[in-house]
Amino acid sequence: MQWEAVIGLEVHVQLATQSKIFSGSSIAFGAEPNTQANVIDLGMPGVLPVLNEKAVEMAIKFGLAVHAEIPERSVFERKNYFYPDLPKGYQTSQMAEPIVGLGYLDIPLEDGGIKRVRIHHAHLEEDAGKSLHEDFHGMTGVDLNRAGTPLLEIVSEPDMNSAREAVAYLKAIHAIVTYLGISDGNMAEGSLRCDANVSVRPKGQEKLGTRCEIKNVNSFRFVEKAINHEIQRQIELIEDGGRVIQQTRLYDPDLDETRAMRSKEEANDYRYFPCPDLLPVELDEAYIQHLKETLPELPEQKRQRFTEQLGLSAYDAGVLSSSRALAEYFDRVVELSGDAKLAANWVTGELSAQLNREGIEIEQAPVAPEQLAGLLKRLQDDTINGKAAKQVFAALWAGEGHTADEIIEAKGLKQVTDTGAIEAVIDEVLAANPAQVEQYRAAEPEKRGKMVGFFVGQVMKASKGTANPQAVNQLLAKKLEG
Amino acid sequence: MTINAEDLHKVAHLARLSIEPEATERYTQALSSILSLVDEMQAVPTDGVQPMAHPMDATQRLRIDEVTETNQRETLQRLAPATEKGLYLVPRVVE
Repeated sequence: MQWEAVIGLEVHVQLATQSKIFSGSSIAFGAEPNTQANVIDLGMPGVLPVLNEKAVEMAIKFGLAVHAEIPERSVFERKNYFYPDLPKGYQTSQMAEPIVGLGYLDIPLEDGGIKRVRIHHAHLEEDAGKSLHEDFHGMTGVDLNRAGTPLLEIVSEPDMNSAREAVAYLKAIHAIVTYLGISDGNMAEGSLRCDANVSVRPKGQEKLGTRCEIKNVNSFRFVEKAINHEIQRQIELIEDGGRVIQQTRLYDPDLDETRAMRSKEEANDYRYFPCPDLLPVELDEAYIQHLKETLPELPEQKRQRFTEQLGLSAYDAGVLSSSRALAEYFDRVVELSGDAKLAANWVTGELSAQLNREGIEIEQAPVAPEQLAGLLKRLQDDTINGKAAKQVFAALWAGEGHTADEIIEAKGLKQVTDTGAIEAVIDEVLAANPAQVEQYRAAEPEKRGKMVGFFVGQVMKASKGTANPQAVNQLLAKKLEG
Repeated sequence: MTINAEDLHKVAHLARLSIEPEATERYTQALSSILSLVDEMQAVPTDGVQPMAHPMDATQRLRIDEVTETNQRETLQRLAPATEKGLYLVPRVVE
């Protein structure tokens, strides 16, 4: 039987405000426990929450970026459940009238294609505190610094059919929120968290299978692994004559498996009702229009510009637009060097490889766009060849000089195009290797192509990599003929 | 609409309230009579009426995003029965 997976994601994005969603407490990461939790965050009697305007603005910006409807009115509700890290006994959230309505996102896939994923809605809510289950004499420790931190929960439609698509969607959300500057998107610190709803059905069947929700998948890699594992588990279960039970499962990255969380009979009985402490939020058209005008160029638009105006491949455009910092770096190199394709090759090639090797982000790259552009200029005007360019790049990276020109000068990497000088080197090489020259001349013409490589290598070495490779090839061929 | 003892105990459990067995009868009757009132209201035609989210005819005022609070941990933790290393301690919760 051919199976099809159906996946929907709920993504929690921590908004990059200064203060909490309903109080003036700081949301800075890493503070001493409970030093950023005031009477409102603690749910003391008689306090009143007041909504943070920045949280509203950020949610709307996200909505505009995913082509969503922004309703004139939105309402906060109470989601009721008991847990020690939820001091009020309810989470202030939104249900019937969320701040962002139906929208969609076109995501680039690895094969260069585009997949449209609909976004059901996005709503504002507050985060809960943190429970620490280490040993406190058989008790649980509670840190409420995180309680009241503003979150935007983005709920997709079940439009994805593979773990890879789910990862691509999550990356697209990550790119949008960081482009907009509404979140730092730091998954390790929990700024972006993801729950996945996964079900399977026979290919071609309309009706959805029973789904399981996987919690706690907090890195791009784990999202892919957890979903793939869950799809496989469900298929094997059904093929063995079993039935999928609707449940919440927790992903364990150490064992690479999901396991059922405690069955929660009443867990879905949250008894939502409008929060009497908060009035309905009303937004006027002019305000939304104003925010629309402040939106930066978004990944989708960048991708389009890179392919249509700069002539890049869909793949390169996808990679370069995946983060705002990378796209801006690339744009700057293009602006200064005037050659988009060469810039794309270097940014996605040498530069990205070096970033990966050192495990750092583009923001920390020791080579500035101005320096890279300076290097590309010397490639364009044939001052250096490709091999020397890599040496110059490595030297820039290591901080051995400020500009490409400085390094080219210091290391003597200037390309030799003067035929006379190259001929002199070739003559030396041929004189030093008489046996190889004999062999070459005795060989069948079709075998000579391979043998010439030896001489090219020797000449390049003797010229310290500065000889123009085309010139070397041409002159060598002539001289070897004798 | 009336509710029975089972409904009552389910709702009480969700609200973490304990109800003495001898009070079950009294609470089911009281809650049923509130629900009858709701039934009566349900009969009113409300097509085209936007559900009321708040009794006041006003909209939410927004706060400027700035940190106005300082650390009050010491004062606030005086209210807690147990604390350690800055954490509030509660009976163990196991997932």
